[in-house]
Amino acid sequence: MKADKTRENIFSRRTALVVGGQFALLSGLVARMYYLQVHQADRYRTLADENRINLRLLPPPRGFIVDRFGEAMAINVQNYRLVIIPEQAGDAPETLRRLVGLVEISDRDRRRVLREIKRRRAFVPLTIRDGLSWSEVSRLEVNAPDLPGVDIDVGLSRFYPQGTVAAHILGYVSAVTEKLRTGDPLLELPGFRIGKRGIEKRHDLALRGSAGSSEVEVNAIGRVIRELRRREGQAGQRVDLTIDASLQAFVAERLAAEKSAAAVVLDVRNGEVLAMVSTPSFNPNAFNEGLSVPEWRRLVNNPLSPLTNKTISGQYAPGSTFKIAVMLAALEAGISPEQKAFCSGHIKLGNQRFHCWKRVGHGAMTMIDAMRESCDTWFYTIALKLGIDKIAEAAQRLGLGETLGVDLDGEKPGLIPTRAWKKAVIGRRWQRGETLISAIGQGYVLTTPLQLAVMMARVINGGHAITPKIQREPPSGAGDEEIVAVDSPSIGYSAEALKLVATALDSVVNNPRGTAYKSRIRTPSMAMGGKTGTAQVRRISVAERESGILKNNQLMWRERDHALFVGFAPVNDPRYAISVVVEHGGGGSSKAAPIAKDILVTAQKLDSSRNTPPSRVARAPNAERDFD
Amino acid sequence: MASRLNSRNPHFLPRLWRLNWTLVILLLLISSIGFAMLYSAAGGNWEPWASRQSMRLGVGVVLMIVVALIGVRIWMRAAYFVYAGALALLVAVEAFGAVRMGAQRWIDLKVILFQPSEVMKIALVLALARYFHSLNIEDISRPQYLLVPLLLVGAPVALVIRQPDLGTALLLLIGGGAMFFLAGIRLWKFLVLFVGILVAAPTAWPFLRPYQQDRVLTFLSPERDPLGAGYNLLQSKIALGSGGMLGRGFLQGTQSHLSFLPEKHTDFIFTMLAEEFGLFGGLGLMGLYVLVLLYGVAISIRSQSQFGRLVGMGVTVAFFLYVFINIAMVMGVVPVVGVPLPLISYGGTAMVTLLGGFGLLMSIHVDRDVRMGRYGEPRDD
Repeated sequence: MKADKTRENIFSRRTALVVGGQFALLSGLVARMYYLQVHQADRYRTLADENRINLRLLPPPRGFIVDRFGEAMAINVQNYRLVIIPEQAGDAPETLRRLVGLVEISDRDRRRVLREIKRRRAFVPLTIRDGLSWSEVSRLEVNAPDLPGVDIDVGLSRFYPQGTVAAHILGYVSAVTEKLRTGDPLLELPGFRIGKRGIEKRHDLALRGSAGSSEVEVNAIGRVIRELRRREGQAGQRVDLTIDASLQAFVAERLAAEKSAAAVVLDVRNGEVLAMVSTPSFNPNAFNEGLSVPEWRRLVNNPLSPLTNKTISGQYAPGSTFKIAVMLAALEAGISPEQKAFCSGHIKLGNQRFHCWKRVGHGAMTMIDAMRESCDTWFYTIALKLGIDKIAEAAQRLGLGETLGVDLDGEKPGLIPTRAWKKAVIGRRWQRGETLISAIGQGYVLTTPLQLAVMMARVINGGHAITPKIQREPPSGAGDEEIVAVDSPSIGYSAEALKLVATALDSVVNNPRGTAYKSRIRTPSMAMGGKTGTAQVRRISVAERESGILKNNQLMWRERDHALFVGFAPVNDPRYAISVVVEHGGGGSSKAAPIAKDILVTAQKLDSSRNTPPSRVARAPNAERDFD
Repeated sequence: MASRLNSRNPHFLPRLWRLNWTLVILLLLISSIGFAMLYSAAGGNWEPWASRQSMRLGVGVVLMIVVALIGVRIWMRAAYFVYAGALALLVAVEAFGAVRMGAQRWIDLKVILFQPSEVMKIALVLALARYFHSLNIEDISRPQYLLVPLLLVGAPVALVIRQPDLGTALLLLIGGGAMFFLAGIRLWKFLVLFVGILVAAPTAWPFLRPYQQDRVLTFLSPERDPLGAGYNLLQSKIALGSGGMLGRGFLQGTQSHLSFLPEKHTDFIFTMLAEEFGLFGGLGLMGLYVLVLLYGVAISIRSQSQFGRLVGMGVTVAFFLYVFINIAMVMGVVPVVGVPLPLISYGGTAMVTLLGGFGLLMSIHVDRDVRMGRYGEPRDD
C-alpha cells in the first residue's frame, strides 16, 4: 500500500499548490476591489451621479389603412388614460375613493393600483384606467382641483371608423401574446398592439413602422429632468386598398337583413376588389382592449361564424351560375348555339331520372333560351356530349377550383371535380349521372363567392384572366383614362363565344322570359346582365317528388336552398362584376338578384371604379403627419 | 454483498447526525444574503425573484442531504452512470433543447427549464475521480492511460461548445485540468497539452460556422460589441466603484435600481451587493466563500480514499471557479461570460447542482474513513 501512500502525498502536495493558487487569485480580486471602491471611489461616485441618461423607446404610430379614394378605414385615435402620480396625490386611497364617484373604476383596478403604489417609486405615473370617454374626461377636468396627483394621459389606439362594415378585410389588432414575442423590444412595450387578421395581419410589419428612441436626462433618483436627444422612429406605412368604402358600406347595409350572406364586387378590367362583404360581421374595435372570454366564445361558437370571411372561405355549390362555364365549354366543343334540345321536365339516364327545375318542361330550347330560362334538361343533354373533363377545363380557365391569391388569409380553393380527381380522392370511377348534376353546379362542385365574381369578370372583360387584388399603389393623381384596360393573359376563348355568353346573360335579366327579369335595372345605360343560381343543400327523395316538393318557406332555415347571383354592369361597357350568395336564402332570382341589382346600381352611381378621388370624399391625412 | 455494504455504512439516522451541519449553515447563510439581494433587485419585493429562489433553495437543500446520506462507495459505483446520464442529457439538448437568449442550453421540462451542462460539471468530477482512483500510481505516468480521461473531458466540452456556451466549456476544461493535476499527472504533460491546443485551435477555426467564429471573437474581445458587453462592464464598474467603503445602504443602490446595471439579478448581482454594502460587504461575502472553500479542502484531505479526495477537491475547485470568474468578470478582470455567483445569482440549475456537489462533499465527510479497492470494493488495511 505504499503506492496509495505516494498517491496521497502527491495529492496533498498538489492540493496545497491549488489552494495557494486560489488564495493568490482571490487576493488579486480583493486588491482590485480595493482599487475600485476605495482608491477610485470618488471618480466612480461622480460618474454614477452623472450617469443620468436613460434611453426610452418611442412606439411608432401604426400606419393607416385607406380605401381607394383615401378615405380612412383604420386610423389611430387618442385614447385617454387616467393616471395617478402617487407622490403628488398625497393620500392615494382617499384620492381613489373620490375618483370612484366620478368615473367607473372596477374593484380589481383599485386593488391593483393600491398594490402597485407600494412597489413603484412615487413619481412614476400609474395607469388607473384606459379608454376614458369624453364625458368622463370632462368630469375629471372639472374636478381637477380636488384631485391632486391625478392626470389624464393621451395615447394612441386603433380605430375603425366604419365599425363592422369592413371587419373581414381589415382584421383587427390586439395585445401581443407571449408566443408572438420575437425579442423586438417594441413588442415588449405595454399597450403595443399587433395585427391579428386580414390586412392588419398580412401587412403588419409595414403598418407597424419602427420605434424611435428618446434619451432623457434623469437625476440621481431617476426623475426625468429633460430630453436630451430624440431619434424619431419610422411611422408605419399607409396601406391603400382597392375597396370603395362607400360601396362597401352600402353592400354591408344591404346584406344586413340576411342571416348569413356574402357579396363581392370587382372591377372587371383589373380585378380590383371594390367591395367584399360577409354577413354577419364583428366589431374590430372591440378587440383593441381585449374581449372577455364569454364575448370571444360567443363569436367563435356562433353557428353563423361571424369571424369567417365567407367571400373567400365559404365554399358553396354554384348552382345554375355554373352554367356559364358549361356554355363556354359547349361553344368551345363546336356545339352550335342554334342546336335545339327538347325539355320534357326530366331526362332519363339508365333507370334514373334527372329533373329540370320546371316540372312541366321547357319544350324545345336553343342554347340562349336554355341560359335565359336556366333549363336544366338542356344542360343535362349537352353535358352528356361534353363529358365532365371538358366542363372542368372551362371552369378552371374561369378561375374556379383553385385559390386566386388574394392578399387575405383563409382563401379556400373550392372544388372542380374531374375523372382523375374522383379516382384519386374518392377512389371510384366517375358516373355519368355525376356529369349531369355537375353541369347544373351541384354534386361535388364548390366555389367561393370571390371565385364566382372572378368568373363573371373573366367572361365579360373579353376573356382576360384577371386576378383579384385588394391592395394597390396609392393613386398618383393621374386621370381616370389611365386605368389599363386589361393586361392579364387571355383565357383563350374566341370573341364570338364570349359575345354569345354575354348576350345570354343580358337576356337572363332583360328578357321578359329571363329568370332575373324582375330585377332588371330600368335605366338602359346602367342595365345589368347575369345568371341566377339556386343551390340545393338537401336531397329531394322520390317520395317527396311524388307528393310535391316542399317550398322553401316550409323548410327549416338550415335546409333551404342557397340563393346565388353573378352579374355585371353596365351591359354595353362592363365595368363591374358581382357575385351574391345568400345562405339558405331560397331562390337565386327572388333573393340574390334583387340584392345584386341594388348593389350594381349603387356602384355605378358612386362610380366606384374610378382611379382618382372625387371631390365628395375628404382625403384622410397621411399617417406620417397626423399624430406623434 | 448488500448486507455487508449496509453493515459498513452507518444507518440513516446516525448518518444524518454525522453530517457536517456547520457547512450546511454556512451555505444557508450565503443563500440568505442572496435572497436579500434579490429582494433589493426587485425594488424591495419578494416577487418575482427572491420567492422563487427560496423554493429552489429548498429543493437544493433536500437534494444535498439526500446525496449526503448515500454512501461514498455507492457514488463510486454510480460515477460512470451519472456521467453517461449527463452526457445523454447534453445530446438531448442538442436534439430538442429550447433556445434562450440566443443559445440552446436548456431542456424544457414544462415546470422548470433545465440546463444539463451544469449537471455535467459535477458528473465529470465523479467520472474522473473514479477513473483516477482505479489507476495505479505507475500507470498514471503512462500516456496511453490518459486517453480515456481526455475523452471524458473532451466529449462534454465539444457538446457544450456547440450550444454554444464557451464559458461553461472553459469551466469544464479548467475543472477537468485541476483533476488531472491533483491525480498526479506530470506537469510537463500539461505543457504538451497546452501547446497542442494552441496548435490545434487555428486548424479547427475554418471548420466553425461563421456565427460561431463571431461568438468566439466576441468572447475573446468584448470591445467588438461596445453597446453590449462593453456597456455592461462600464456600468458594472461605475456601480461597484461608487459603493465605496461602506456602500450606499440596503435598497439604496442608485445604479442598480435605475436599471443602469444590466442583469442585476443574475450575473451582475455581486456588483449590486458591492454598491449597496461597499467594500466591507463584498469582502464579507468573499470571506464566507473562503470558509466554504477551506471546509472543502479540509474534507478532501481528510478522506482515506483517492476517490473521496478527488471528488472533494473537484467540487471545491468548481465552486472556486464560479466565485472567482463571476467576481473577476464584474470587476472587468476577465471577459464577460455568463457565470453565476454561487448561491446568490437568480437561477435554479446552478444552485441545485452546486448543492448536489456539496452533498457529495458531505457524503465524503461522513465516509472519510472508508477505504475502497480499485472498483469500489471494501478494503481494510
